[in-house]
Amino acid sequence: MYPTTYHKPASLSDAAAALSASDEAMVLAGGQTLLPTMKQRLASPSALVDIRAIPELRGITVSGATVTIGAATTHAEVAGHHGVQQTIPALACLAAGIGDPAVRHMGTIGGSVANNDPAADYPAAVLGLGATVVTNTREIAADDFFEGMFATALDEGEIITAIRFEAPKRAAYMKFRNPASRYAIVGVFVAETDAGARVAVTGAGADGVFRHSGMEAALSASFAPEAIDGCEVGEGDMASDIHASAAYRAHLVTVMARRAVAGAV
Amino acid sequence: MTDGIGARARRKEDRRFITGKGKYTDDIRVENQAYAAFVRCPVAHARINGVDASAALAMEGVIAVYTGPDLKADGIGDIITGWAITSKDGSPMKTGVWSPLVTEYGRYVGDAIAIVVAETQSQARAAAETVELDFEELPAVVLADRALEEGAAQVHDNVPGNLIYTWELGDEAKTDAAMANASHVTELDIVNNRLSPNAMEPRSAVAVYDEAEDHYTLYTTSQNPHVARLVLSAFYNVAPEHKLRVIAPDVGGGFGSKIYIYPEEIACLWASMKTGRSVKWTSERGEAFLTDAHGRDHVTKAKMGFDNEGRIVAFHVDTIANLGAYASLFATVTPTYLYGTLWSGQYDIPAIYGTVRAVHTNTVPVDAYRGAGRPEATYMIERVMEVAAREMRMDPAELRRRNFIREFPYQTQVILQYDAGDFDAILDKAQAAADVAGFPARRAEAEARGRLRGLGYSTFIEACGLAPSAAVGSLGAGVGLWESAEVRVNPVGTVEILTGAHSHGQGHETTFAQLVSDRFGVPIDNVQVVHGDTDKVQFGMGTYGSRSGPVGMSAVMKALDKVEAKARKIAAHTLEAAEDDLVIENGEVKVAGTDRKMGWHEVALAAYTAHNLPEGLEPGLKEGAFFDPVNFSFPSGALICEVEVDPETGVTEVVQFTAADDFGTIINPMIVEGQVHGGVTQGIGQAMLERVVYDEDGQLVTGSYMDYCMPRADDVPSYVLDHHSTPSPNNPLGLKGCGEAGAIGAPPAVINAITDAIGTETLQMPATPQAVWQALAWARTPVAAE
Ligand SMILES: Cc1cc2nc3c(=O)[nH]c(=O)nc-3n(C[C@H](O)[C@H](O)[C@H](O)COP(=O)(O)OP(=O)(O)OC[C@H]3O[C@@H](n4cnc5c(N)ncnc54)[C@H](O)[C@@H]3O)c2cc1C
Repeated sequence: MYPTTYHKPASLSDAAAALSASDEAMVLAGGQTLLPTMKQRLASPSALVDIRAIPELRGITVSGATVTIGAATTHAEVAGHHGVQQTIPALACLAAGIGDPAVRHMGTIGGSVANNDPAADYPAAVLGLGATVVTNTREIAADDFFEGMFATALDEGEIITAIRFEAPKRAAYMKFRNPASRYAIVGVFVAETDAGARVAVTGAGADGVFRHSGMEAALSASFAPEAIDGCEVGEGDMASDIHASAAYRAHLVTVMARRAVAGAV
Repeated sequence: MTDGIGARARRKEDRRFITGKGKYTDDIRVENQAYAAFVRCPVAHARINGVDASAALAMEGVIAVYTGPDLKADGIGDIITGWAITSKDGSPMKTGVWSPLVTEYGRYVGDAIAIVVAETQSQARAAAETVELDFEELPAVVLADRALEEGAAQVHDNVPGNLIYTWELGDEAKTDAAMANASHVTELDIVNNRLSPNAMEPRSAVAVYDEAEDHYTLYTTSQNPHVARLVLSAFYNVAPEHKLRVIAPDVGGGFGSKIYIYPEEIACLWASMKTGRSVKWTSERGEAFLTDAHGRDHVTKAKMGFDNEGRIVAFHVDTIANLGAYASLFATVTPTYLYGTLWSGQYDIPAIYGTVRAVHTNTVPVDAYRGAGRPEATYMIERVMEVAAREMRMDPAELRRRNFIREFPYQTQVILQYDAGDFDAILDKAQAAADVAGFPARRAEAEARGRLRGLGYSTFIEACGLAPSAAVGSLGAGVGLWESAEVRVNPVGTVEILTGAHSHGQGHETTFAQLVSDRFGVPIDNVQVVHGDTDKVQFGMGTYGSRSGPVGMSAVMKALDKVEAKARKIAAHTLEAAEDDLVIENGEVKVAGTDRKMGWHEVALAAYTAHNLPEGLEPGLKEGAFFDPVNFSFPSGALICEVEVDPETGVTEVVQFTAADDFGTIINPMIVEGQVHGGVTQGIGQAMLERVVYDEDGQLVTGSYMDYCMPRADDVPSYVLDHHSTPSPNNPLGLKGCGEAGAIGAPPAVINAITDAIGTETLQMPATPQAVWQALAWARTPVAAE
C-alpha cells in the first residue's frame, strides 16, 4: 500500500471540503473494495475521507412504503432490519447474500452503489426497484445513475448520502454466485410495481447492470414464471470470462429470472 | 493415564495454533532487520537486454539492488533438479538452466530478475517498482500439448522442441499384442487440471549473516530444512554446510510447495552476507500464485483392454506432463516414477505400457503437490474403469472386484511390489457405509425434485513411505530417503524426540509423543518433539510423500528399542532380576509376578547418576537411529461419492462422500480422520473448483481468490469414514501413511458420480457449473461435442 492521509470528518460539509482539498482524495466507506485495491497498489489516493462518522449517512428509516437507507449503512444492518424485512423483503434478502459475514459487517450500500462493480448485487436492486440515489448535491434516478462498468453519474467529489426505495407489490432477487469470488455471475432482480414490472440484471452484462425490456413487457402483461419463456437474452450483450461464457450467462439470466418471479413476495 | 498407539489424543500443538501464538517465519524478529522485494518478469517470455536500478538506488531507505550477474560473480549456483530421468532411447533428459536471478531471459510471469533490499518492506516494494527492465517480448507457450507442436515457442535453446524426456515403462510389445486380442477396449482422453497449492501461510525467509562468526542462519518455510541446508551449501555455494543453520519454525501448510528451495531464499541468504544486514522476505498472496510451484497438469490418452468376462488384459498410457519453465526439485520424478509405477492400481493387469513426455512451457514450474503423480495415475485408472463398466454394462464395483489383486506380495508390471492389502474388505466397508443398496431409491427421490443424482467409485492404491534409498538411487534419485531419530531421556524421565521429519500441520508433536507414551507409559505432556532445526537435529529428509509415519516413526521406534534395551539393563541390575522378567507399563518397570518395581523416572535418574550401573555400561539414556525402508508402503482405499445436479444450471452438490481406507496401523484416529477430511476436500477442490488458468500470452488469469476457487466448508458434506487395517509388513509399526490418500482418491469418485448423474463422459475437471451444464448440452446435441 502506498502512503496516504486519513481523515475522519464528523459532518458532510467537512467531508466535501476534505475531498476538494486534495487532488486525488477518495471517499472511504467500508473499505471492502477500496482497501484491497490499495493493498495491491492498484489505487493510490492522496487522501482517504472516511464518511462513517457522519450521522446523517447512517441508519434506516421506513415511512409507509418508502425505505431510506443512509449511504454508510452496512449490508448486515440492512439484512437484519425489521422494517426492511417487512417492507421490501427482497432487499433484505439481497443484502444477506453479499460476500461473507466480515464483508457484510463492513461493506456499505453507498460504497457498493458508488463502485458499481458489474458483479455487485445492490445495483440490481437499485435499478430493479427504480430507487433514487441521494447525494450531497442532488437526487439521481436509478435509470440515470449507472453508466456501465464501474461508471456512474456521480461527479468528482460528490458523496452519496442515501438510497431511497419505494416498496413494490412484490419482488425477488435470484443470484447465481461465482464459485470463487461469490459475487454474482448472474443476479436478477424482478419487481412488480404499480407502473408495471421491472427486471434488472447484474453480473451478466458486458456493460454492467441493465434492465431487460422484453422481460419487463412480458411480466407487465402477466407476472408469472412462464412469461419469461419467450424472452430473448442476447448473447452478444453478455460478459464472458473463465467462469461463464456469454452463452451460459444468457441462459442463466432466463433461469434466474424465472426463479425470481416464482419466488417473488 | 497414557496416550499410546491408537488413542484419540488431542493435538498438543493446537493450544498455540488456536490461540494465535504459533511462531511462523514472518513472526521472527531479528536485529538489524532489512526487507527484500523482488523485481519479476512481467511477461511470459522475454529477452532481457538490461536492468536499470539507478532510480531505485536513489530512493530513500534502499540499501542495495542485485541482479543475476552479481550472484554469478560470487559463484552462486543454478537451481538443481533432484532426479535424473533417462529417455526411452537411452539419452539423458534435457532441462533448461534456472538461475536464482535470471539474466538473459525471463521464462514465466514472475521469474525473479532482481532483489531489492531496503530498510522497510514498503520502501523495498516501492523501489522494486521503479527498477526499469529493458526487454523484448518473445512468443510464449503455455499448454502441455501445444509445447510439442511444430513451430511452438522454444522455452530453452538446449531443449529442442521443449521435450525434456520421453520416458517409458512396461512392455510395449506384450501390451500391444494383448490389446489387439481384447474383446473390449475403452479409450479416454483425460486432462489432469493444473493446481495452485495455496498453503495458508505464504512462503517466507529471514536470512541472518553473522560476520564475526562468518555464520549464516536461515529461518524459512520449509518441509525439509536439512535438505534445504544441503542444497544451499553443496549446490548453490551460498554458505558451507557447517556454517549454515536452517530453521523451519511453525509452518502453516506445505502440500509439497515448501519442499523446494526457491530463488527467494537463495537470494535473501546471499544478500544478507553482501549487505551485512538481516534480510526478510514474505510472499504476498499474489506472488504465491505466481511463484509457488504448481501441481498436476497432465494431458493423457488412456486405453484399457478387457476380455469377454471383464478382466483387464492390457493397459496403455500416453501422457504429456507440463513441468513449466524450469525443472524444479522433484519435477522430473513426479510424472515418472511416482506416476507410472501406480498404473496397475488395485488390479491384476498382465500387460502395461506407457510413455510420458515431459515438456517445458512459459509457466511457473510444476512439482510435487499432495499426492504427486499418484493422483494423476489414480484419476486416470479410476475414470477408465468406470467408463469401461458403463460401456460393458457392468456394475462398476463388480468390474473392479473382478480385477482386484488378492494375493500378496504382488509384483506389478510396473516395478512396484505391493506388500499387503484387502481390497474386497475395504470396498465392502465403503459400500455398506455408503448404503449403496439404497441408492436407486435416493436417485428416484431426487428425480422427483428435478435433480439428477449420481454415484461414483474410486478404489485406489498409492505408494508412500518414500523411500528405499538404494532403490531410488538406482532409478536416478540424487539423495537417499531414509529418516533419522534420536530419543533423549532426561534424568527426571521426561523424553525428547528429535526427528528429521517436519510437521507443518500433521500433528507430529502429538503422534510422535504417543509412541513414547505407548512404550514407557510416560504421559505425552512429558514428551517434547524437536524438529525443524538443523542445529538440533543432525540430519533428516523431511516430510512429504506420507513418509513421516512409515519412515520417520520407524526411526523413532528403532531408537526407542535401543533406549528400552539399555533401560532394561539398568533396571534389571537395580532390581536384581533378569532382563527378560521385566515388564514396562504405566510408567513403571516391574519384575513380572512380584511386587518389585522402579518408576520410569528412577530408571532415568539411575542412568544419569551412574552410581550403580551394570559393569561396563555407559552412563546416560540417549540413543539415535536411522531407518531406511526396504519397500514403499501401500495405503489403499475405496471411496464412494454421491452428487446431485441441477440440470438447468449445472450446479452440482456433493451430497454424500464415503471413504474406507487401509492405512495399516493407526496411531491417532482423530488425526488420521483430519488428514482424510483435508485430503478429500482438496480432492473435491480439484474435481469441482480449482484450476490454474494462463491466457495465451502466459499471463496468469487465476491470480487471486476472486478467480482461483478454493473449496470452502459449505462446498463439501460431512464425510462418512471407515477403516480396515492390513498392517504393512515392512516397518515396525505396520504403518502405511495417510497424508495424501484423500487428495489421491477423491477426484475420480467425484467425476464418476457426476458423469453417472448426467449420463455423458465428456467432462473434464474441474466440473464447474458451466462445465456440467455444457456437458449436458453436448449430450443433448451430440454433434456439437465433436
Ligand atoms: C471478500 C469479499 C466478497 C464480496 N462479495 C460481494 C458480493 O457477493 N456482492 C457484492 O455486491 N459485493 C461484494 N463485495 C463488495 C462489498 O459489498 C463492498 O462492501 C462494496 O463493493 C463496497 O462498499 P464499501 O462500503 O466497502 O466501499 P469502499 O470500499 O470503502 O469504497 C468503494 C468505492 O466507493 C466509493 N464510495 C464509498 N462510499 C461512497 C459514498 N457514500 N459516496 C461516494 N462514493 C463512495 C469509494 O471512494 C470507493 O471508490 C465483496 C467484498 C469482499 C472483500
